Amino acid sequence: MFAFLFSIAFLITVQSHSFHNSSLVSSTNFLSGGLYSIKSDVTNYFGLRTQNTILLEENSRLRNQIRSLDVREKIPALDTLILPSSFGFLGANVINNNYSKTRNYITLSSGENEGIRADMGVITSKGLVGIVNKTSFNYARVQSILNENSQINAKLKKSTHFGFLVWDAENPNIVQLTEIPKLAPVAVGDTIITGGNSAIFPRGILIGTVKDFAVRSDDTFTLQIKLFNDMTNLNHVYIISNPNREEIEKLELDDAE
Amino acid sequence: MQNNEIFINGVRFLGLLLLQVLVLNHINFIGYINPYLYIIFILLYPFTGNKSLLIFLSFLLGLGVDIFSDSGGVHAAASVFIAYIRPLILKFSFGVSYEYNAIKLNKVKFAERLLYIVVMIFLHHIVLFSLEIFSTARILLILKATLFSGILSLLLILCSLLLFSRNKTD
Repeated sequence: MFAFLFSIAFLITVQSHSFHNSSLVSSTNFLSGGLYSIKSDVTNYFGLRTQNTILLEENSRLRNQIRSLDVREKIPALDTLILPSSFGFLGANVINNNYSKTRNYITLSSGENEGIRADMGVITSKGLVGIVNKTSFNYARVQSILNENSQINAKLKKSTHFGFLVWDAENPNIVQLTEIPKLAPVAVGDTIITGGNSAIFPRGILIGTVKDFAVRSDDTFTLQIKLFNDMTNLNHVYIISNPNREEIEKLELDDAE
Repeated sequence: MQNNEIFINGVRFLGLLLLQVLVLNHINFIGYINPYLYIIFILLYPFTGNKSLLIFLSFLLGLGVDIFSDSGGVHAAASVFIAYIRPLILKFSFGVSYEYNAIKLNKVKFAERLLYIVVMIFLHHIVLFSLEIFSTARILLILKATLFSGILSLLLILCSLLLFSRNKTD
């Protein structure tokens, strides 16, 4: 009896550690998802003031962008920082957020019914949050960047050198950018953005600033990145959908074969 | 088990599960320390009750916590483990006599009670964090998390035992 149940539990654990897309036990099911949304209905009231400020800041930033777009309209657009129109944005609320473990997940209140699918990117108005890794009809689970298994393509804003964003499970505000070539011009305070080398995130989503950096034995930089987001206080997030993703991935797969 | 005991344990099971996943999992004291109060169910389960049933219920309780915290099966494994090893710990802390007299946890000497609770908590936490972190390179983090969470769980469990103990003066 003991051996049987213990091995089941152990199997589920190992399975959740090794495969990132298919977990048998997750908080996206009807019962736990429902309970978490009831809970966040209540607890959301406590954070309303800060969330309002964040939304206000975002509104004013977007208004400024619209203003500058108006001016730019007359000249042909040359700036590649404007998002390609193929990316769409969906809003969602966070109903459960973990950041104290070594593999953290976030549960969202929208799922397949709202058009959310696995492998879509998740951001807030301030920056990167993670990637959707499991969905049910009404809920979605996000593998946060605060997860040892996460590896997201990111680059320096001022040059084209890119590396991989990982987390060492030490501090929920600091992540690491690895494999930046030693040639890259790095300075404390530099901005880090997403690289756009995958079909998940468009290029130019903000991530954080360089806090500290060190050269590793294999002649690459490992940068300590302070996140723009406060990962311990998430409420409204945006999910990025890319209708061309399947096509891009199919192309890349064909190429690999 | 009598009807009364079944009822009390059922309510305790559900109550502890909800309290754990809705409140205690989100305490995150100094970043990562959470108390795990739900194992009080395994501690308080009648000493003379069916052992296989306890192992099965512990599995369900642990799995419930796992589902809510997206942690695979770590809580289920740790709970099943301490439920299985409980008779040994009982014998170790209270002597052989526990099997014959139906002793109650609030009737034994404080030192023996403390020993039983501490051993159970730390066994549970060490299994829990070893499986959750799952890497020998981070053994220091495992020990640190076990120690700090263990102390917080211990405090909370002792407080709730004090709060809910019915002092039948006899």
